[in-house]
Amino acid sequence: MNDVGHPFLRGLLARRSPLTPTTPTAPTAPSVSWLLALRAEALERGSTLAVPTTRDEDWRFTDLVPLTRTGFGPVTAAPSLGADALAPFHIPEAGARLVFVDGCFSAPLSVIAAQGGGLFAGSLAAAFHTHDELLHTHLTRLADFRDDAFMAVNTAHLHDGALIVAEAGHAVPQPVHVLHISTLADVAIHPRLLVVAYRDSDLTVIEDHVSLHHGACLSNAVSEIAVAAGARVRHIKLQRAGKAAFHVATTTTHVERDARYHAVGIALGARLSRENLHVVQAGTGTDCQLDGLALIGGRQIADTHSFVDHALPDGTSCQLHKCIAAGAAHAVFNGRVLVREGAQRTNSAQQCRSLLLSGKAHIDAKPQLEIFADDVKCSHGAAIGQLEADEVFYLRTRGLDEVAARNILTYAFAAEIVGRIPVRSVVERLRAEVLQQTGAREIA
Amino acid sequence: MSASVGKVLLAVKGLTAAVGGRNVLKGIDLTVRAGEVHAIMGPNGSGKSTFSKVLAGHPVYEVTGGEALFDGVDLLALTPEARARAGFFLGFQYPVEVPGVANAQFLRLAYNTVRGGRGKDELDPLEFDDFVREKMKLLEMDPAFLDRSVNEGFSGGEKKRNEILQMALLEPRLALLDETDSGLDIDALRIVAGGVNHLRSADNAVVLVTHYQRLLNYIVPDFVHVMDGGRIVLTGGKELALELEARGYDWVEEAARSKAARAA
Ligand SMILES: Nc1ncnc2c1ncn2[C@@H]1O[C@H](COP(=O)(O)OP(=O)(O)O)[C@@H](O)[C@H]1O
Ligand SMILES: [Mg+2]
Repeated sequence: MNDVGHPFLRGLLARRSPLTPTTPTAPTAPSVSWLLALRAEALERGSTLAVPTTRDEDWRFTDLVPLTRTGFGPVTAAPSLGADALAPFHIPEAGARLVFVDGCFSAPLSVIAAQGGGLFAGSLAAAFHTHDELLHTHLTRLADFRDDAFMAVNTAHLHDGALIVAEAGHAVPQPVHVLHISTLADVAIHPRLLVVAYRDSDLTVIEDHVSLHHGACLSNAVSEIAVAAGARVRHIKLQRAGKAAFHVATTTTHVERDARYHAVGIALGARLSRENLHVVQAGTGTDCQLDGLALIGGRQIADTHSFVDHALPDGTSCQLHKCIAAGAAHAVFNGRVLVREGAQRTNSAQQCRSLLLSGKAHIDAKPQLEIFADDVKCSHGAAIGQLEADEVFYLRTRGLDEVAARNILTYAFAAEIVGRIPVRSVVERLRAEVLQQTGAREIA
Repeated sequence: MSASVGKVLLAVKGLTAAVGGRNVLKGIDLTVRAGEVHAIMGPNGSGKSTFSKVLAGHPVYEVTGGEALFDGVDLLALTPEARARAGFFLGFQYPVEVPGVANAQFLRLAYNTVRGGRGKDELDPLEFDDFVREKMKLLEMDPAFLDRSVNEGFSGGEKKRNEILQMALLEPRLALLDETDSGLDIDALRIVAGGVNHLRSADNAVVLVTHYQRLLNYIVPDFVHVMDGGRIVLTGGKELALELEARGYDWVEEAARSKAARAA
């Protein structure tokens, strides 16, 4: 189907960071032969897999040629940032904060949570010394890289990342903030996040991708989230990359018996972004909520592919994805829901609602329901439209001019998703950002 | 009320309008002076809401003829927002829900925009909060409605109160209230009518579109008009509403015909 060994991927794989401790305090070199083996396998896969094209069903609407035409080098040395560089991204509610500058963990900028308080939040590189068994059990076990070029490349580079662990029965009171700051153009980074929420724990993670420049760069992220029985995890993913950036990310979540997973994904940045969300029901009685918003303009492309896999009985999933496309932007949503044989009494509702703000913007929204059980309740809907004439008129009869009325309604459309983020300062910050992007300064 | 004649606020002459290629308004004449209360009654589909929305500037309706002067200004040449700023207010028969916009923000924005348009100072959120709570007391509205999205999930009666709250904030010179009484229970009707009466003065006017005499017990009209088939077919005093209540609309057509015959 494709030429084996894509030059773009070979370029990305050419120089990999060695698997050595990056923290100067690390006592000894880790004994992570299993990881070396994984990296070798991922390297081999990455060297043989092809970059997907629009001929691949999963990439029909998103052409990666602009990405593969661009060359990216490795990050050789990350710049050191002052604390003031963090100020615009500071989340006061967060207890722990893991900061990565161009993919490299920054100990000085981070506030780690050491073992003991029911929460561990630190770098993977450091955890290779302390959490070898946990990592062996979970790392790369959820996100299968074998058939995915981007994940294979990420895994081939795997040497550091963020690890967040909530101990059994422990409700972590403050959210954990994982902040990726991009400062360099023309580089590729491969962020990695592993979240393990043990039985009956409660955890909120904010995965945040921001940029301090407007150059081209690639962020190729993989996140794995294990939600054990009875645990509750809220995962907020903010993609605020630069307008020339490429962002490709896969998040795989396993949700065990009676556990709850709530994801809110907000895509504002990047020239081209692709979010793969893969939620696997790994126990009965699980409850998943997926909320998404893509707010794009110019020539931006934002593609979300979600896959909710109901494998066992009594699972609930509820998904609302919204797209707002202005200019000549292109939003893509593919929402796959699989209800396997035996996944009886599944209750699944999916909705995609989109707003086109210009004649040149366009949206491809495709629900994909595959149901192999008979006693289920599944619904889906996709609506694409302009603003309601009656709503615009109503606001105008109250003195608002037409532009203000349209901006406010656009803002309101987006604000519904933003409002579902369970962290107040993030909601406020994003509302301000959405206000800016929708031009609805009037209601600030 | 209208013993001394106020100045003409609204002068509509021969107004015709179409929607979807169909003529819905077929020549409306109506003069409203400051200090007056008018009631417009008439069967469903006779064009009452269309008339209201044409005056407010809804883009779906095409004005095909006639004129409407508001305080001497060509109302139909103004944008909907300019009409609002000039002091024309439409209370909607079906107020629109605006999910995601807090009522408090919306009300403050409307208030400040309209005030700004009249060259007055704007209120900041704290000042406005005090101000709007005072107005809500008048309508016995729970302040919790400030934090909710505009009209979203409001009951019919709550939406209508929210309309009158907007009227109270915007202080229009002419308020056209389209079936504000529909869906109100008797207590809510009394409160809403009390609110409207409180806002009346010798300088402004109210036009009530209604099906029911009970509203007119509280807000007593100087004139009652009957609309049918896109025209005002009969105009009388407040007793006309009582007659309509007792006899329905069937006889109106008859009376209109004989009146036209007499005039000829
Ligand atoms: N937006 C519209 N599109 C098509 N027809 C309309 C529209 N608005 C009103 N009409 C038609 O115009 C006529 C008058 O309606 P309306 O003004 O709502 O009457 P009323 O308020 O007196 O009940 C009706 O026949 C109605 O169907
Ligand atoms: Mg009507």
